[in-house]
Amino acid sequence: MDHPSFPRCLLAMALAGGLGLSGLAGAADTIKIGVAGPMTGGNAAFGEQFWSGATRAAEEINAAGGVNGQTIELVKGDDACEPKQAVAVANRLLDQDKVAAVIGHFCSSSTIPASEVYADAGVLVITPGSTNPKVTERGLPTVFRMCGRDDQQGPMAADFIIHKLKAKKIAVVHDKDTYGQGIADAMRARLKELKADKKEVLYEGLTRGEKDFNPLVTKIKGTGADVVYFGGLYNEAGPLLRQLRDQGVKATFVSGDGSLDPAIVTAAGGPKFVEGSYMTSVREARNIPAAKKVVEKFKAAGADPAGYTLYAYASLQSIAEAMKGTQSTDGKKLADWLKSHAVATVLGPKSWDAKGDLKESGFSIYIWGADGNYKEMAQK
Amino acid sequence: MDWHILVQQLVNGLTLGSIYGLIAIGYTMVYGIIGMINFAHGDVYMLSAYVTAICLATLFSFGVNSLPFALLATLVMTMVITATYGWTIERIAYRPLRGSTRLAPLISAIGVSLVLQNGVQLSQGAKTQGVPSLIPTTLRFGEGDNFVQITLVQVMIILVSLSSMAALTWLIQRTSLGRQCRATQQDRRMAAILGINTDRIISTVFVIGAAMAAIAGVLVTLNYGSFDFYIGFVTGIKAFTAAVLGGIGSLPGAMLGGLILGLSEALFSGMVNTDYKDVFAFSLLVLVLIFRPTGLLGKPEVEKV
Repeated sequence: MDHPSFPRCLLAMALAGGLGLSGLAGAADTIKIGVAGPMTGGNAAFGEQFWSGATRAAEEINAAGGVNGQTIELVKGDDACEPKQAVAVANRLLDQDKVAAVIGHFCSSSTIPASEVYADAGVLVITPGSTNPKVTERGLPTVFRMCGRDDQQGPMAADFIIHKLKAKKIAVVHDKDTYGQGIADAMRARLKELKADKKEVLYEGLTRGEKDFNPLVTKIKGTGADVVYFGGLYNEAGPLLRQLRDQGVKATFVSGDGSLDPAIVTAAGGPKFVEGSYMTSVREARNIPAAKKVVEKFKAAGADPAGYTLYAYASLQSIAEAMKGTQSTDGKKLADWLKSHAVATVLGPKSWDAKGDLKESGFSIYIWGADGNYKEMAQK
Repeated sequence: MDWHILVQQLVNGLTLGSIYGLIAIGYTMVYGIIGMINFAHGDVYMLSAYVTAICLATLFSFGVNSLPFALLATLVMTMVITATYGWTIERIAYRPLRGSTRLAPLISAIGVSLVLQNGVQLSQGAKTQGVPSLIPTTLRFGEGDNFVQITLVQVMIILVSLSSMAALTWLIQRTSLGRQCRATQQDRRMAAILGINTDRIISTVFVIGAAMAAIAGVLVTLNYGSFDFYIGFVTGIKAFTAAVLGGIGSLPGAMLGGLILGLSEALFSGMVNTDYKDVFAFSLLVLVLIFRPTGLLGKPEVEKV
């Protein structure tokens, strides 16, 4: 037992070799940029979108001559939407890969702790999809987002539920995660402002990763709710919606951007379960006129830039523009530049306030049709 | 609370509990025979959900029109394929470690779990997959909006789990194979001296456990219609809890543990609060273990000298 076996020695050597190599790889003709998000785990679909958007943007930027004479090299960081792993990934990206800036993370519960690591090191980070208010509310100068905030999205849903749907009884369900509960609470706060908090008949959290919500559905049925608001992701929204319909609950289903994904149709088991549901989300990137050319390029390559793909694309564009504008990769300088300049991105011109939030957030309401596709409802 | 809501929650809990029980059988059998917790078992169940969808799609694309035939064929095919996986995993990841410390196969099992999860994610994609609802038959009792409903699939889940448990109990208690299993469980070396091929018996147990997980995979896929590469994790942990609650190593215990866990989750969720249903279920587990450390139907492990 005292002698390490041969395979173990081999493993140790391989590990040591790996470390040595990555130490040498930091050549001066590339700028490394981290792309961090859930590349594995239950939310890996969002990580794939990040990676697909960022790689395409890097290809475009490098083909056009790169940034300050250097080419962009992307480094993948997998947090699996686990806060602890997110911090470890952040440290690895900084210490081992020596990235100059980071695109990420996705789940707000991961972005919040990881961004503290980046901010401590003075490295710029732009999240394409974390909508929890806290991300930019902690006075961290190098933290930005490419999307709106839940305290804009949740209230929009509340206004819609009260004014358009004229709800009488509202059941609020969330997934106990920072994002899901955050958006549900923002929705409830607005209900209170509208003096409609008495209409809430249920407020409960389900467990992420489960598929059976029948007990909760039976309970919702018992309350006689006519609107069900869900704060969470499509993985849970799909089965929840199906089980609601299976048990004969006809309440209108309203949710946020985490559920607005074509995958909810498969998760629910068919378009008939999703039809007629409303969801708030960031403006559909594929419909933005400025994105038309890029969308065509994606499609020509056989990819569909769904969800956050173009938000990751725009994040990398902004980082590259700031680096060109400042002739530097210093996080502090980049942050100051972004806060004082507008960037022409694939999503149109974007500019940021002193907190790192977008000046114009732009949320829309979407409705699901019988064909399993969703449509952006007309802007007010 | 109205009676129909209460009855509906009982139906919900029974269905959920039967699924836990079916998967718990795999944990409990493997633990019973080699004292190892097969952490990859939840992922074997996940794999069977994918196999189910692939089998169904293949059969329908070959123009099989008869639904009962397609379902039966899918069940058999899924059981065979998943059982092959169970056998292979035991052969590759556990058997070579049999002589080493008790912890080695445990770590190996966690490794297999990661390999299966990531393998399926890479080959099938990270997105949620689904099958359309094939058996929409629903039985409703009651009038107007106050009805209790149970779907045909739910009835199947409850019946299949109970009968599988009964069949396996009979197999272990009454057949020659069962006697060999029990002998291997009591003293592997002695059993081997008496001419029992213990390696083959252990393989058989893995095959049976995986086949049970396959039955659960088929039924769950029919019931919920959607699955992803991650479903094995939460369900696996719940099923393992059920096995411990009922007394790990005991087959009726696995089913009992599953039903208690499912019912307590459903009833607590329905009457008190969904947020804390897992807290409640696990508190129950702790309480049971304080008073009965070997679980409800478990036998205390006799220290062998």
